[in-house]
Amino acid sequence: MSNSTITNEFALARLTAKFGDKIISAETPFDLLTIEVPSADAHEVIQWLKEDEVLKMTYLTNLGGVHYPTEADREFAVVYHIHSLVNNYRIRLKSFIPLSNPSIATITDLFVGANWMERETFDFYGIIFTGHPNLTRILNEEDMDYHPMRKEYQLEDDTRQDKDNRFFGR
Amino acid sequence: MGKITDGKVETIDYQGFQLTTLDKAIGAARANSMWPLPFATSCCGIEYMATMGSNYDLARFGMERMSFSPRQADLLIVAGTISKKLAPILRQVYEQMAEPKWVLSVGACASSGGIFDTYSVLQGIDRIIPVDVYVPGCPPRPEQIIDGIMNIHALVKEESLRRRYSDKYKSMLNGYNIETDVK
Amino acid sequence: MNEWLDDDIKPGNNLSAETIDGDIATLNLGPTHPATHGIFQNILKVDGERILSSEQTVGYIHRAFEKIAEHRPYNQITPLTDRLNYCSSPINNMGWHMTVEKLIQTEMPKKVDYMRVIIMELARIADHLVCNSVIGVDTGALTGFTYLFQQREKIYELFEEVCGARLTTNVGRIGGFERDFSQAFYKKLNDFLKEFPKVFNEFDSLLSRNRIFMDRTINAGPISAERALEYSFSGPNLRAAGVDYDVRVMNPYSSYQDFDFIVPVGTQGDTYDRFQVRQEEIRQSLSIIKQALDGMPEGKYFADVPEFYLPPKEDVYNKMEALIYHFKIVMGETPVPVGEVYHSVEGGNGELGFYLISDGGRAPFRLQFRRPCFIYYQAYPEMITGQSISDAVLTLSSMNVIAGELDA
Repeated sequence: MSNSTITNEFALARLTAKFGDKIISAETPFDLLTIEVPSADAHEVIQWLKEDEVLKMTYLTNLGGVHYPTEADREFAVVYHIHSLVNNYRIRLKSFIPLSNPSIATITDLFVGANWMERETFDFYGIIFTGHPNLTRILNEEDMDYHPMRKEYQLEDDTRQDKDNRFFGR
Repeated sequence: MGKITDGKVETIDYQGFQLTTLDKAIGAARANSMWPLPFATSCCGIEYMATMGSNYDLARFGMERMSFSPRQADLLIVAGTISKKLAPILRQVYEQMAEPKWVLSVGACASSGGIFDTYSVLQGIDRIIPVDVYVPGCPPRPEQIIDGIMNIHALVKEESLRRRYSDKYKSMLNGYNIETDVK
Repeated sequence: MNEWLDDDIKPGNNLSAETIDGDIATLNLGPTHPATHGIFQNILKVDGERILSSEQTVGYIHRAFEKIAEHRPYNQITPLTDRLNYCSSPINNMGWHMTVEKLIQTEMPKKVDYMRVIIMELARIADHLVCNSVIGVDTGALTGFTYLFQQREKIYELFEEVCGARLTTNVGRIGGFERDFSQAFYKKLNDFLKEFPKVFNEFDSLLSRNRIFMDRTINAGPISAERALEYSFSGPNLRAAGVDYDVRVMNPYSSYQDFDFIVPVGTQGDTYDRFQVRQEEIRQSLSIIKQALDGMPEGKYFADVPEFYLPPKEDVYNKMEALIYHFKIVMGETPVPVGEVYHSVEGGNGELGFYLISDGGRAPFRLQFRRPCFIYYQAYPEMITGQSISDAVLTLSSMNVIAGELDA
């Protein structure tokens, strides 16, 4: 339940007035406005949301990646959850990027806190945040040679020999 | 003459001394003043804190002093998940400890990887260092941790002074590629 | 406390070369250091006692929660959430349950909400007790730790009474609770509510206005409200900096709007403020528990969601439908609606969010945890620059960084 002072319609109208056809799609699953923007424009939209005097979306709640292996040229999504503490209003912003060139502009210049979130996303998915001050692995070892959260990599540790596949239904 | 009580100690009636073997005397001394090094990483560490706390009071077992330096510790208590990133550090800590040393593996993660059968978690610390006692549980209750420590005490009391010099022990360490400081 | 520092080397400022005199040493704090209360590495550059810069390494207990979650049926993700912030597991459990309930669009009976509130507030008290007693330990006051841990054991006993486990509780189910609170639970809870404030006030009087403690903690590791927001702080650490953001108030879940409580805020964002904010939150939590106990509604302790909530055992043996549901739930074959949902709760350390994408499969397509620790720990170097090493240790313990939550 949300007790925000801004409605989804108002926010979407304001965004559309500013960015027009840059907003590829907009929907409101579970009452949370979700818009998709091209990856080249994500930084600009977030900057505008932060600086807009009405919306005041100044708090970055979350940033993360998603891997859709079956969607050609839209393999990765970067998902931003941005919150306006003054209006108590949330927006989810998505940008899809292709596997062949998984890069998007960093937003560490807007939110310092995005630093580690972007490093984590890079670590998990190999998404390159251009302009990031220190884009290195954060949770895994430096010398790991793959990005483990991509769907094609297995979960299990491959050094276990005591597992009999018959007992795991595989 | 004397009486033999439980096959170990010979007491001479009305005399102020006892006879025992050096092994047993040193074993008893070691067991009753162990200096543990808590290598507490995650959830089990909180239960270990509860074990140290006032209700369960680990100090009752002669373990008042936590040794955070491996150089002065006898007992390495590994409580919690050890990831592959942390494994070399755990091994280094173990190598820095002086002989004689014992290892208590607390919880499912340290013993076998537990529910975290994943690319990043070491599947049991016994892949990199030898372990004396395993405590099951996720996380184990303080009573279980105390039971594990009492099992360690039993091992320490019974250990022969020659064990650490034996070829068997050295070859066991060699199996882990660990150099022993006992010559 | 930092009067001896020149203006240009106050925390947060970058130090210029001229202000640094003497030799610079590199000091390795962690990964296994008693003062880090977990496995973190900080490589400090120090000039004498003063910290010039810090470089962090995390990920030492990275356990791949998010990857595991993509392979587990919804019911089996609760044990993972336990191990996120293990000081207050029930909040994480119920946050996850509420996320799934939001996805399947189920309303909980009032009674479930109130029962959840009681358990969650007990967990919050347990979490804050660890943090505050450890601040005491790091200032050299071990007494508070031994005092409070006795009371903390009582909270564990309450959890045991509800679900049989102490720390990793796995309490509750998607759709309510596994069983109703027992009479013994109510009795123990009432005893706890009577006894705990006495001990707690004693602890409070031991430290809160203690000259030595105040000298040690005031101005140690401060952060301004603006910087805290830039860093996406949340929870007690943000409130200590003076921002009254509390998910329980901003986006009430589990009927928090029914309760009357204050959100304490600090002014300086330093260790003392963080300590005081947590102290006051413990009092507020006690008051919320009392209100929930007094207003406990009649009704069922579970919602009507047979696809997710396990039927009683006798029905499984005697009724066909119940057997089918039981089989489906246990095997993780329950159909789940397709959708994307973000739900957040006020965890022990701040806004604990669950971003769930369901493609209708047996396991989430993607589940991301918004872990407050992970996000605010990156501000640590900025908070300790210009401070002494002992203040850095205090700052770390007062931020209540939980390794399990940080590294996920």
